[in-house]
Parts: sequence; structure tokens; C-alpha cells
Amino acid sequence: MRITGYHITNAVWKVWRRNWDVFFKTYQVNFLPPFIEPILYLLAIGYGLGTFVGEIDGIPYVRYIAPALISISIMNAAFFECTYSSYVRMYYQKTFDAIVATPLSIDEVIAGELLWGATRSLIYASLMLLVLIAFGVVDLPSSLLLIPFSFFAGLLFAGIAMCFTAIVPGIDALNYPSFLFITPMFLFSGTFFPLSVLPGPLQVFALAVLPLTQLVVVSRALTLSSYSYLVLYSLAWIAVVGIFFFFLAIRLMRRRLIT
Amino acid sequence: MAERTPVILARELEKSFGSLKAVDRINFSVNPGEVFGFLGPNGAGKTSTMKMIQCISPLSGGHLEVFGMDVERNPREIKRMLGVVPQETNLDPEFSVFENLMVFSRYFDLPRREARERIDTLLEFMQLQEKRDVLIDKLSGGMKRRLLLARSLVNQPKLLIMDEPTIGLDPQGRHLIWEKLKAVQNEGSTIVLTTHYLDEAERLCNRLVIMDRGKILVEGVPEEMVKDFVGSDIVEADNSPEVLACLEDMGARYEVFGDMVQVFTDRPREVAKNLFDNCNPGRVFARRATLEDVFLSLTGRALKD
Repeated sequence: MRITGYHITNAVWKVWRRNWDVFFKTYQVNFLPPFIEPILYLLAIGYGLGTFVGEIDGIPYVRYIAPALISISIMNAAFFECTYSSYVRMYYQKTFDAIVATPLSIDEVIAGELLWGATRSLIYASLMLLVLIAFGVVDLPSSLLLIPFSFFAGLLFAGIAMCFTAIVPGIDALNYPSFLFITPMFLFSGTFFPLSVLPGPLQVFALAVLPLTQLVVVSRALTLSSYSYLVLYSLAWIAVVGIFFFFLAIRLMRRRLIT
Repeated sequence: MAERTPVILARELEKSFGSLKAVDRINFSVNPGEVFGFLGPNGAGKTSTMKMIQCISPLSGGHLEVFGMDVERNPREIKRMLGVVPQETNLDPEFSVFENLMVFSRYFDLPRREARERIDTLLEFMQLQEKRDVLIDKLSGGMKRRLLLARSLVNQPKLLIMDEPTIGLDPQGRHLIWEKLKAVQNEGSTIVLTTHYLDEAERLCNRLVIMDRGKILVEGVPEEMVKDFVGSDIVEADNSPEVLACLEDMGARYEVFGDMVQVFTDRPREVAKNLFDNCNPGRVFARRATLEDVFLSLTGRALKD
């Protein structure tokens, strides 16, 4: 595969594999959080707060937030992997420098990192899905489609994250996107309450601009097996914006690393 | 014998960062099988030149070929034949010694079994066999350097590039690295290195260049350079008006460094005797001229950064 203007071959999987190997070396710390976190949220918000909320659009609250929990997990897994973790590999461990001294190109290093970020989303979403299935709060078999979906949705967030990593002056500056981009999305993307309760302009903003909104739309359709044209819009949004940020991330990283 | 193609050929090679010319239209060539050194003070352009040879830094001008291939057009093919020992350690702290080499061999498409065998041989060669399953954090500075050298040899490179190979090592560590480099050279590899240590350059390099401010000041064989630029010996004496007057009378070539005068000569006994007999010189002593004398006389004594 040779994409015009980009030096990308199958070698990207070697970069991916390096991260995969590290992930499984420390699997104890990597596997527990995705099991514990959804249980805490389900209990506290789904069942606890849910007692007062009752139903939203005729859906029990715990079933309403289940797909949101998965979406948030997809977002966080890829975003934090391709910001803080990638930054550490790039700047502190000089892992990228070491790899580009071999036949691999910088484009392949970044592409491999992005694919790995997406893989992390897939792993976390899959583990979380197991918990949600155990609690009986998602529909089967449609929810299984969340597994492949989480990879592509993860790739979107990996690309966005890598763009921040490419432009921040130092690792502390990554706090800006974490608190000003990720946290608001966590709350205002139709996650814990429907967008319809927000003022009109905010609704439009959330649907047009916020990536997490698209994830929640698709995930909720799958876990509740109820589909609308909005799902197609969100899927197209994720594909187009995902591809855009994938290549933008490579370009910005080249600018940062090739001197 | 037919003329061999040079391993590296640089013509009017240029690298600029904004208005700063880090490498300013230099020409050099490196022959197969030799150890070629780049010397120079900080900021001379050595590392920039190395990075262009490694195909990781684009040229600002000129032409650069490695193994007869253009660095801009065939980076992948060139890098396949390179081994690189970087100035800063970039070993992977997440992996053990063995795993570091294993992960690296994957980047070069080595089959697993072959990689395993080669890595065991390399660990043996670098005296790291006992540390095989130890994480990088637990290694001493010398071991890390040796591991970097082992890693650079995983793909059996035809050209080994080393940026300050013995920086920060104790004497034992330096000697071990030198010994290993000689062994690598004897196997037929070409080695290009940068160094601040002039004794290291004198000992290892078949040929070298001295760079300053992006330019190559001089190129040659170490011993010949010493002879050509400072003569075979140096006589040092206290700096006094009397001594200076004497030296003028003798027509000697000398330089004043603070409270000391250095005389460059091929006849040290004669000069020393002359000084003692006629000039009341205080202390006098003679020694062999070294590359360091060439270096300092060419690049000046002022601090560079």
C-alpha cells in the first residue's frame, strides 16, 4: 500500500505490535479498570440516580446511559493513549527516534500509534460490553456490532489526540484538551441526558461539532436496537472526520519531528 | 584495482535552520571499510550531518549519497543497511535487554529464529549475556552504551553511524567499546563517528575531518594532520617577555595561551636547550604533539556554548 504523499506500508503493524507487547506485559493494570469503571457508573448513576430519574423517552435510565458509558470509554481509551502516552514515547523515551533509524518512516510510526490507540478503544469497549451484557442492560446481538465500531470510533479520537500531541509545547499543556474538550463532551453529548433538553443552538453545536455525540448516537441505536437516519449521519461524520484527522495528525507530527 | 564507490559521498551538502547554517556546503567522501571521524566543537554541524546521512533530516541543499543511493529518494533501502548508535539513549524502558533487541529486529524483518540466534551472539559479544532479562533501568551507563551498540548491529549493517559513542563512560567502558568497534571494522563494516574526545579520534579513525561553524576546516589522516599543522612535538614554557623575545630570535612558531607559551617544532631538544641556555624560561617541558593541539589551534580556545 502506498498512499500518495504518505510513506505508509504494512510496517505500521510493527509499531502497533510494539505497543501491543507492552500492553500485555502490564495487563494487570490494563485490564482491571475497564471492568471496574462501568460497574461503578452503572451502580451509582444508573441504579442510584436512575431511581429518581426513572425513564427517559420510555427507556429505563440504566439502559439509557449504558451506551454512553461505552462511548465515553472508547473516547478516553484512544484519546489518552495518543496524548499522554504517545507524548511520553515521543519525547521522554525517544521511542519514535529509535524506530525511524530503522527502515520505517515517521508516517508509519504515527499511523501505527493511531491504529494502536484505536485498538485500545476496541479492547476497552469489548471488556465493558461484557459487563453491560452481564447486567442485562444492552440488546443482543446488535450490541456486538459495538466491537468493530469501537475500533473506527477509536481511530477518530486517536487522530484528534495525536494532533494535540503534535502541537503542544510540553506534556502539561495536554491538560487543556483534556479539561476543555474531553470533559465538556463527557457531559454534553447526549450521554447522561438527551440533547433535547439543551438550548437549541447548543443542540445544533453538539450534533454538528462534538465527536462524542456521534458515538453516543450510534452506540445507543445498537444497544437499544432502535435506528434512525441520524445513525447514518453520525457514521458518515465519524468516517469523514476520522480520515481527515488521521492524515492531519501525520502531517503535524512530521512538522514537529522532521527537522 | 577498480576505483571503489564511496560508502558516503557528500557534495556541497547544506543544512540550515532558519538563518542559521548548521552545515555550510561541505564536501567529503567515506571509503568502504574505514573508520571516519567528525570532530568539532559543539554546534559545529556534526550531528546535523549525521542525521542527513541517516535519512532522517532533509537536506537544505547539495547532494548526499549513501551506498550510491540518494538519501532523499531511497531512505528505506539505505536505512536497511545502516546501524545507528545515537548520542542520547533511546532504548525502550518497557522491555528487557533481550526484548529490546527482539523488537528492533522486527523492524528489519528478521525471521524470529534467526533474530534469536543473532541476538544471543551479540549479547555474548557485548558481554551482556548476564543481563539478558533485565529491564533497561537496571543497567549501568556502560551497559546501556554496549546495548545500543548491540542493537545497532542487529541488522548486520554495512555502515555503522555513531554519535559520541563513548560519552559519559569510565575508562574501562571506553576501552571495551573501542575494542568492539575495531572488531566490527575488521569484519568489513564502515564506521562513521563523531566525538569530542580527541584521543578517541586519534586512536580509532583512519581519516577524519575537523568541523567548525558548519564548515570542514581540514580533512586527513590523524598522524599526518598533527605533523602538518603543529609539527611532531610541542615545547611549553612560562610566558615571559624574555622567552618571547628569545623565540622571536629563533624564528620559532609559537602561540601564547595565558601564562604559557607553546612552541610547535620538529626539534624539541634543540628548542628546549636554547631556551634553558639563553632565556631564563622558568619551567620548560617537551611532549609529543597530539590531535588536541591541531584541534585547538584550528578552532580556537574560546568556549563554544
